[in-house]
Amino acid sequence: MSDAFLRLHDVTLRYGRTIAVEKLNLAVSAGEFVALLGPSGCGKTTTMRAIAGLLKPSAGRIVIDGADVTRVAPNKRDVGLMFQSYALFPHLTVFENVAFGLRLRKLPDADIKTRAIQALASVGLAGTEEKLPKELSGGQQQRVALARAIVVRPRLLLLDEPLSNLDARLRLEMRSEITRLQRELNLPMIYVTHDQVEALALADRIIVMRAGRIEQDGTPEVIYAKPRNEFVARFVGFETILTAARLAAHARLPGPAYAFGWRPRHVVVGTGPYQGHVRGASYLGETVEYLIESEFGPIKAEVAADAPRHGPGQAVAFDLPFARAAPLAADLPA
Amino acid sequence: MNGRALQWTALGAVLLFLLGPFVIILAAGVSDGETLTFPPEGVSLRWAASVVAIAELRHAFAISFALAVLSTLGALLLGIPAAYALERLDPPGANIVRAVVTSPLVVPGIVVGLALLRYFVIPLGIGVRPALLASHIALLIPYAVRVVAASLRNLRVDIEDAAIMLGATPLQAFFQIVAPNIRNGVIASFILSFITSFNQVPVSLFLSGPGISTLPIEMLARIDFTYDPSIAALSAMLALLSIAIVFLAERLLGLSRYV
Repeated sequence: MSDAFLRLHDVTLRYGRTIAVEKLNLAVSAGEFVALLGPSGCGKTTTMRAIAGLLKPSAGRIVIDGADVTRVAPNKRDVGLMFQSYALFPHLTVFENVAFGLRLRKLPDADIKTRAIQALASVGLAGTEEKLPKELSGGQQQRVALARAIVVRPRLLLLDEPLSNLDARLRLEMRSEITRLQRELNLPMIYVTHDQVEALALADRIIVMRAGRIEQDGTPEVIYAKPRNEFVARFVGFETILTAARLAAHARLPGPAYAFGWRPRHVVVGTGPYQGHVRGASYLGETVEYLIESEFGPIKAEVAADAPRHGPGQAVAFDLPFARAAPLAADLPA
Repeated sequence: MNGRALQWTALGAVLLFLLGPFVIILAAGVSDGETLTFPPEGVSLRWAASVVAIAELRHAFAISFALAVLSTLGALLLGIPAAYALERLDPPGANIVRAVVTSPLVVPGIVVGLALLRYFVIPLGIGVRPALLASHIALLIPYAVRVVAASLRNLRVDIEDAAIMLGATPLQAFFQIVAPNIRNGVIASFILSFITSFNQVPVSLFLSGPGISTLPIEMLARIDFTYDPSIAALSAMLALLSIAIVFLAERLLGLSRYV
């Protein structure tokens, strides 16, 4: 990874005594789309703001395109940032919002006009130039923010939870918009989110963070299928996690691991060596979700809706097949 | 008496106490009589015309007007950066600074005036005009800081960061992005400060000097030896001017959002 476009070397950020990010190392290649994924307070936004230059690291170095920018002011970094709140300038028209960065670069008026109009067209907002931000819907404001960020052709684009304020349908639409722009511009992007679905759908690589550190760094496929430890597993939807010590009393383990995790749809309901009681059943259309009380504790299972159904209170057999299980390492101390 | 009648009586009493004096002064000011009386003896604008002809009052008006404009500008020049620093930079001791900056609002004007005269103007040998200007600026800074801080609080920090990420220097971000969005707050603060300075009595009372007196002080002095309706006419004119300014500001800017 010596050709990395962006590199963080042992970056640490402290607020007073609290450590928000600790000795973080990260490399992003040119053209790569990386998601920083984690719950709130995990340090993902802090990391992003440090890359932007809006926060100064307490220690460590940030290198962009071979140059150390740790002490470079944010307005000199040529890094774009799209805010969760959109952060449009309320007193300027859509056109002037997009033109703002171009005007600061003292481009000729004709160029500013061409580029701003083209950027707005590329996000599907042609014809809204003279409107004020408050006259647009949330989704449209989001697109203006995206156009404003890319029109100045930054060398790196940071996106802070850009879809969290949108409804489900708009979110899907913006997701494909962002992917398309990223491919077209071949712009390295870092996408901050707490939503694993967004991260899986958008990113080339996912970095799962917790308590200011990286828990796992891998492709969406690896993160989804082979989470490294219990924290990552829970975050990407492994709801049943049992330690090897606990399982060893009941089953022959397939190999050494600290724990094993199953997604709800990996749990077999109706047959199997274990017994439990149905505590809750929710019909979800395609599937039924069961909460089963067992000697292992509560087990969450999801089975096809056309399979034989089990009502609350009923005794039910189930299986936790090791063929589908993810072997997990112990969590780092938080 | 039932509850509803009681409510109306209370409301009437409040309105009477708030508006009564103004109505009396207005009526007395348009009286045609020779002495200050209520109810007025006939209706005439001759006393209003007479005060305009008095040179001392015109001179005092000019001083008051200049003092109000200059002290308001001075207060804004100091208050806006102070408000920005308090709201955005979160300096250590911000709450202490807020309390100090607000103190002229709670300390009685008489105390401020006496203290300024005894421990600032006399020991340093400051002239009447600079003393008046400095004391009025000090009195107005709370308005500038509080009103501007309120409009800064309504403005997301994100939009400044967005401007900076697009290449703006902090100064460019302030003048191109922040300033247009707090403009109404600044204008509201200007109007409040102007009226406060123009109507100021206790501090000006201590700091006025021979031949240099503000309009309220000059009026106060004249009441001692004239008993005609001229001062009532002048008071009514000033009150109407204040009402007009505040009304205009409310219509144009929604002043009441800030105070």
